Amino acid sequence: MSESIIKHTVKTAATMLAFALVGTFMLAYVFETTRAPIEKSEADARVALFKQILPDERYYATNNEGHHENGLLLNNVIEIAPNALLGNKTSTKAHFANIDKKFAAIILEAIAHDGYGGDIKLLIAIREDGTLSGVRVLSHKETPGLGDYIDIAHSNWIKLFNQESIKYTPAEQWKVKKDGGKFDYMAGATITPRAVVNAVHKALIYYEKNKHLLHDLAEQKSAAKHHTKDDE
Amino acid sequence: MSIYKDITVNGLWKQNPGLVQLLGLCPTLAVTSTVVNGLSLGLATTLVMAASNGAISPVRKFIPSEIRVPVFILVIAALVTVIDLSINAFALQLHKVLGIFIPLIVVNCIVLARVESFAAKNEPAPAIFDGFMMGMGLTVVLGLLGAMRELIGKGTLFSGLDLIFGENAKQFVLTVIPDYHGFLLAVLPPGAFLGLGILIAIRNWLEIKNSAKNKTIALEPANTQMAPSHSH
Repeated sequence: MSESIIKHTVKTAATMLAFALVGTFMLAYVFETTRAPIEKSEADARVALFKQILPDERYYATNNEGHHENGLLLNNVIEIAPNALLGNKTSTKAHFANIDKKFAAIILEAIAHDGYGGDIKLLIAIREDGTLSGVRVLSHKETPGLGDYIDIAHSNWIKLFNQESIKYTPAEQWKVKKDGGKFDYMAGATITPRAVVNAVHKALIYYEKNKHLLHDLAEQKSAAKHHTKDDE
Repeated sequence: MSIYKDITVNGLWKQNPGLVQLLGLCPTLAVTSTVVNGLSLGLATTLVMAASNGAISPVRKFIPSEIRVPVFILVIAALVTVIDLSINAFALQLHKVLGIFIPLIVVNCIVLARVESFAAKNEPAPAIFDGFMMGMGLTVVLGLLGAMRELIGKGTLFSGLDLIFGENAKQFVLTVIPDYHGFLLAVLPPGAFLGLGILIAIRNWLEIKNSAKNKTIALEPANTQMAPSHSH
């Protein structure tokens, strides 16, 4: 009697184990075969995004051998420690672009914590002279149809920041029009653009304060890279 | 009446997962803000249902009844992960749209319900067909609900088609009501509840009308009724 119970238990456990093993092998196989295409398509998507906010062709130029003359933007990375001005609570990656070994532009990641639906993640491209090349929303949880116009998929609002800088627009103007600033917003949703304008402004201040350090880091990194000819 | 005809009628009408069984309401309500979103998730779910029914049916006799639910969940979760990785690797644009909803198919109880109530008791061919038809029934409901919400909420149809088929598909986006300022309620979650309620009401009304007609004409005794596959 008890022997048959044990037998049944073992059989049941073995069946469960067999299914788990088959499932695990199947997943491992698919994971391995899809890893390369997934990495490639994600890298492509990032480069496409970079090209939107940093359209200058020189950053993507390749020489005869297919190597990126100024280093592939994707691989030109500086770690940025948590900083209140950027709103990042863990260290993030900033991508820099050099032209002829001189620092030319940087793409910072900033997070606005005061969006209507939570955090708004931004990608902010700043040129060497402190002007904005472009801004895009990486992710947000704003109300669909109301606050989501900050996303390029829904409207061109985010392009208002192109060519802006803290020299061109004084600090008291870095607000939405409702608060006495210069930035347009759409009726019904002011919390969202307020958060974005504020985050972009703070990122520009961060760049202004740290630019010498960032320039040095970027130029050092690219020099080191050039040495090992490892620019892919 | 052949078994396939029964399965078709059950999936699309009698036991429609979205309107009668009311299983898997979470994705039904969450993603149907546009037609494209609704149809895409519906088709992904259809694929998972056909695959999981097809995977369980051939091995149903080897699964002891004590561990059938964990085995079903294991198989469904593995299949969903495989489909998720494949879409990510080979259709990145679609993955961006459906991204977070694909893993959620695992917890959509309609998938488990069909495996438990149909695939575990039937041959592989009808089981796959049942998964497909139940999925199509859900897809139709998701598409209709998406159309209602998009039309009332934004005044368009098929917006976001370009995310799946590329920029060229933008011309197929119908602006049904020009200069529409939007009706936010339809886009937000309450609109999904109201829309689904209306669809269920319409279906019930048609059903009552239909059965009343059948009664008066009394074609033949109601021997077409299948034992309802029990729903929760």
